[in-house]
Amino acid sequence: MSNFFVVFFAVLLALLVAPFAQKNAETIWTSLTRITFVQRNGVALSVYLVASVAIWALVMIVLPQLYMVDFSFRHNLPFNEVGGPKDTWTLDNYRYLIFGRESDAELFNWLHLKVFFKTILVSALVTLFDLAICYPIAYYMAQVAKGGKARLLVLCLIVPFWVNEILRAFAFRILFGTSGVINSALIGLGIVDQGIDFLRADVGLYAGLTYAYILLMIFPLYNAIESLDHNQVEAARDLGSPWWRIHYRVVMPHAKPGIASGCTMVFMLCAGALAAPQILGGPSSLWFTQVIYDWFFQGLNWPQGSAYAFVLLATCIVFVMGVMRIFNVRFGEIAK
Amino acid sequence: MSADVELDHVTIRFGNFTAVSDANLRIADGEFFSFLGPSGCGKTTILRAISGFLDPTEGEVRIGGRNMRGIGPNKRPTALIFQNLALFPLMSVADNIAFGLEVRGVSKFERRKRAEELLNLIALPDQADKLVTALSGGQRQRVAIARALAVEPEVLLLDEPLSALDLKLRQHMRTELRAIQQRVGITFIYITHDQGEALTMSDRIAVMSQGVIQQVGNGAAIYNEPATAFVASFVGENNPFLGRVTQADGDYAVVETSFGALRGRNRQKLSAGDKAIMFVRPEVLQLANGAAAGNTIESPVINEEFEGQFVKIYLANEGPKPIGLSMTNDGGTALPAIGDTVRVAFDPNRANVLPVGELADE
Repeated sequence: MSNFFVVFFAVLLALLVAPFAQKNAETIWTSLTRITFVQRNGVALSVYLVASVAIWALVMIVLPQLYMVDFSFRHNLPFNEVGGPKDTWTLDNYRYLIFGRESDAELFNWLHLKVFFKTILVSALVTLFDLAICYPIAYYMAQVAKGGKARLLVLCLIVPFWVNEILRAFAFRILFGTSGVINSALIGLGIVDQGIDFLRADVGLYAGLTYAYILLMIFPLYNAIESLDHNQVEAARDLGSPWWRIHYRVVMPHAKPGIASGCTMVFMLCAGALAAPQILGGPSSLWFTQVIYDWFFQGLNWPQGSAYAFVLLATCIVFVMGVMRIFNVRFGEIAK
Repeated sequence: MSADVELDHVTIRFGNFTAVSDANLRIADGEFFSFLGPSGCGKTTILRAISGFLDPTEGEVRIGGRNMRGIGPNKRPTALIFQNLALFPLMSVADNIAFGLEVRGVSKFERRKRAEELLNLIALPDQADKLVTALSGGQRQRVAIARALAVEPEVLLLDEPLSALDLKLRQHMRTELRAIQQRVGITFIYITHDQGEALTMSDRIAVMSQGVIQQVGNGAAIYNEPATAFVASFVGENNPFLGRVTQADGDYAVVETSFGALRGRNRQKLSAGDKAIMFVRPEVLQLANGAAAGNTIESPVINEEFEGQFVKIYLANEGPKPIGLSMTNDGGTALPAIGDTVRVAFDPNRANVLPVGELADE
């Protein structure tokens, strides 16, 4: 039904526009060539540029997301009832995340809310942890190491990421397992009597997530710090500044856009990660993306899954905007 | 307390490259001292050794009699003004100036007061809350000076701080720097490749070439009594005449050159038979009217340049460059025409006989 309408409207639109376009072809052409962008790039290239960006942004990003938004406000109906009298707008999917079923004993849906807040909190911590690990490395690469040494370091950082995500995640299982590399070492050294269950304690998960996004933190930081004139570091030192104050007053303010950009990427991707939590999470631990995944593929409830996914997306955006506000970073600076 | 800066047999090597070799000197408290030399002569390396960004490979840097080895730049009583100034672009003018005080834990109120005092000293009042990026080149220059002075250093080090300014401003800042130095009374150590800056501002100058300090002295000594061929050719203009000493008596020596025997001061105590270069400055050469005997050069005029106050006359020479002589444009003497062969004479007291050595290339 709905497919028919879409095609129908498209044909109608085309029929309406075509004669107009044909009649005014000359005017359209001349006004098109009057645009500076078109003049500079030629008609063919500018049409390609505009069309490809428009298709990418609209068709591949905005439209499917709008579909998902639409989904999230609908009931989970059997196929033959779609478009029927029962197909109405509803907030049930969102309400479910907060309050659960009405028949539940608890007022709130603690099971999912806990997972949700844990995901946000742990992602924030992983982001901070990544920042703490990567800042010194990025500073060393950008300001201290010279030529060949810096390039070697970059290579050492990139090469491990040729290994695919799944393999890396399983490697971490081997590292952190009860009889894994770390535990064997600890037992061998006589530090512990029996293996510690790192995976159950989610240590493996946190380490895996931290490791997975290191590059996304290092490169924005490196770019930002690299553009700092080294004389400023020396000037601060010459004026008597200890090293930590140089970073706090000179390097970090300069690198703020890079820090913001790295943190945003790591946080967003971490909150949306699926493979690492699936493989490295403890048996009782859930990541919010796993709940979403289950709604889609186990529960076959796409509206419910969409609602959960949107709450995650919206929360991440609000969280990031809030943090940027606190640290006084303008949105445009991230793109630097 | 006294803040003499002493370099005691300072040698600085980077790998196989010797940037500074065996530098010895003592800069007195309150002196305006310049290191002058072409780029790559090691003057900046010496500055970095005094400020503490590097330690000499051999020898000692002493400030106020204390060996500075192992003491970082943040612990030395020195402040450095960088060539590109290195002001903090994200801070206001006041925050820049007060940065050193902030580091020392001075209260906000006190910092502000001190910054405003310094802004008055550098004649930039009411600019405290601007961003440094909003200032002009000359204003930034002064902010950099104020920032360095705020920490009350005993020695202020300046690494070619005027090189980024245009000519007018540069000349103005020379006077200004000298005035500030006299007002605050601390030691200024100034690095430059611009001899005009060195000569006008400094109490004493060390001329450097290829890591070696060639001569230390005041401007007049450096200019009038150069100790090496490099100093003679680097500072001001000079006409070199290559030859061999034929006669050396006490303070004077006679050098046999392609223009015949020429007599000049022999401060470096060359003896007969030594190869030597006789240096005679363009303003020392005078057109000889008629009968001047001895110490004369005869050569055709190949070019003339009118410079207003002076007229430069170039005479043919066997060497790579013509002999230059400058005549004051006082209307006293008629100018020779190009092609005329002229005879020029000079006072032996104002010519210098020096050992053969590296010449500065221009």
